[in-house]
Amino acid sequence: MQFEFLLEQVVNGLVLGGYYLLIALGLSLIFSVGGVVNLAHGAFYAVGAYVSLEITKFLGFGPAVVLSPIAVALLGILFERFLLRRFYSADPILSLLVTFGLAMIAEQLIRMIWGAAPLSVNMPAIFKGSVLIGNFLFSRYRLFLLVVVIAVLAGIWLLLNKASFGRVVRAGIQQPDMVAALGIRLQPYMTAIVMLGVGLAALGGALFAPITIVHPAMGAEVITVAFVVVVIGGLGSFWGVVISALLVGVVRGITINFVPAAGEASMYVLMFLILLFRPRGLLGERIEKFEI
Amino acid sequence: MIKYSRRNVVKASAAFAGVSAIGFPAIVSGEPDKIRIGHLTPLTGFLGALGAYAQLGLRMAEEEINRAGGVMGRPLEVMSEDSVNPATAATKAQRMLERDGAAFLMGEINSASAVAIMQVAARNKRFYLQIGARSDALRGKNCNRYTFHVDIPSHVMVYAVGKALVRDDMMRGKRFYTLTADYIFGHDLASAAKTFFDQNGGQLIGDELVATDVTEFSPFLLKIRQSQPDIVCSNLAGNQVTNLIKQYAEFGLPYPIVGFNLNTADAWAAGEGNLSGTWPTVWYHTLDVPASKVFVENFMKKYGKPPENHAWIEYVSLKIMAQVINETKSTDTEKLIAYFETEAQFDILKARAGYFRSWDHQLMQEAYPFTVKPKGQAKDQWDFLALGKAVPEPNESLEVLSVTKDHNECVF
Repeated sequence: MQFEFLLEQVVNGLVLGGYYLLIALGLSLIFSVGGVVNLAHGAFYAVGAYVSLEITKFLGFGPAVVLSPIAVALLGILFERFLLRRFYSADPILSLLVTFGLAMIAEQLIRMIWGAAPLSVNMPAIFKGSVLIGNFLFSRYRLFLLVVVIAVLAGIWLLLNKASFGRVVRAGIQQPDMVAALGIRLQPYMTAIVMLGVGLAALGGALFAPITIVHPAMGAEVITVAFVVVVIGGLGSFWGVVISALLVGVVRGITINFVPAAGEASMYVLMFLILLFRPRGLLGERIEKFEI
Repeated sequence: MIKYSRRNVVKASAAFAGVSAIGFPAIVSGEPDKIRIGHLTPLTGFLGALGAYAQLGLRMAEEEINRAGGVMGRPLEVMSEDSVNPATAATKAQRMLERDGAAFLMGEINSASAVAIMQVAARNKRFYLQIGARSDALRGKNCNRYTFHVDIPSHVMVYAVGKALVRDDMMRGKRFYTLTADYIFGHDLASAAKTFFDQNGGQLIGDELVATDVTEFSPFLLKIRQSQPDIVCSNLAGNQVTNLIKQYAEFGLPYPIVGFNLNTADAWAAGEGNLSGTWPTVWYHTLDVPASKVFVENFMKKYGKPPENHAWIEYVSLKIMAQVINETKSTDTEKLIAYFETEAQFDILKARAGYFRSWDHQLMQEAYPFTVKPKGQAKDQWDFLALGKAVPEPNESLEVLSVTKDHNECVF
């Protein structure tokens, strides 16, 4: 019986990990291509949730989940064009400061537009409740979330590994000078990656809005977890982030099963242990431009 | 190049030091006839939304008082800031008293920050009206004679809901599973709940501590399902309760859920259809009392939404202070304390007036259990809660729900 309970937590942790993945993957992509740690990533997650809340009022939940990430991705163009682009080759501390400042401005703007009181998005009635598979309890909504995450993940993997877009991006990560010498402008690819990254964060916000509350500081809440996931997985690694997100979800679930009060601390302990033995993270690549 | 003689430099420095020691009265305290009040409340973090409502209520009272000519003919000036966390709250409180010329302190929702401000008040021997923090310890073992408490303490919230549960046959022989916020307030709530279960035949089969930054409860929900309780009970705080309620509805667990703390802003955020069960409150905007209705109407006119309980409590708190200063003709700490300790009555927009008990400085007032209206009966997005009858009942003493002197560790 005890084993079954534990297994249930592991499976639930994997589902939760999928949600962490949506946010962490975008963070990791933007870092690998531009070398910028985007501390404003949580802000795009929050804006995604608020925009989906507004769209839900008029068009319903389905269109909101599709349109909100697209709207935020368009916002990402401005973000990349007018802000990030200036910092690709600058001292990393500058981009850290700029994106951190942007995160604070965004939080305050949200507070001014939508107010400090938390808002709520209701999920469609068909997703309410849970299903029993064997003796495992699953929330219907989270099963839906899992399907979306798997589809998104597959799409991004194909884009990065099977499309010419991905070949340029991957080459750009390792050998930007060589790509330039071949006459390919990396700039539009950078823009596309930032759009994809912040769009994923917004998708996370839109999908998570129905099971949590939408409030101005929600971005700050999620950025830490996303950061931990990326660091554990290894900066710049696609599969590293995937494995790490699932691992963080599972470790949290197991910890809560035995020592509930330590649930939130578990991911930091995990990060500490992994960095102790593997400073570049699980599957972190060696990226030349970040080595001294 | 201008040459300064050593003597002149020494003289100038001495003069500057002398002036600094005396102070710059005109600059430091601003216009001398204003009564300045230091106010702290959380505007960020898991209680931030409540703090935002607190400020709205406070500002409204400030405007009304000043429009009517102020207090003792002097305008009030409330300096209100984000308390952030206990350490910052203490630093800011000290600064407000020492440098900003605050006559006394008000505010707070977070019990841990309130303890820190109480210590600052005691150290400086200055008055502090602790408005919105509910931990028993503040008016129990951590109490001090400089602090008075407005909001209902945790054990009263437990009694208010507990009595409703006893009435509805949801107590004796029932197995409870509780989730408790892992800080001073949650711990107090859990221990009051345990006492109530023990006295009334309820059985506590599980109690889990939950860190205050938890937003995702699915692993806890699975644990609850494993233990198969009769009733799930929340001892959480702030927007955590909302997250729990929404995710509880998402998983659709079959056990009824109740709780000993839920602020109406957090209930509203859960939305109709997610919330169920019985919960306590100190005030609700549908309360059928004429003075309360006037307040609600004015608030809605000003801000376009109904006041939350923290808006109400800050509003009445500043009105209470204005009344006390007018009566005592002073902002002197000892005079304020002496007046409050006469157990003078205050209109708090409820059916019965309230008074502060002289030996633990706690406001004695009515509280209410609330449940959720059947679907479709809410007039608007804020109206889906059904307020129960006030406790204590009209013929009972206001003190029947509060701990008696021999069960309270408070000594001044």
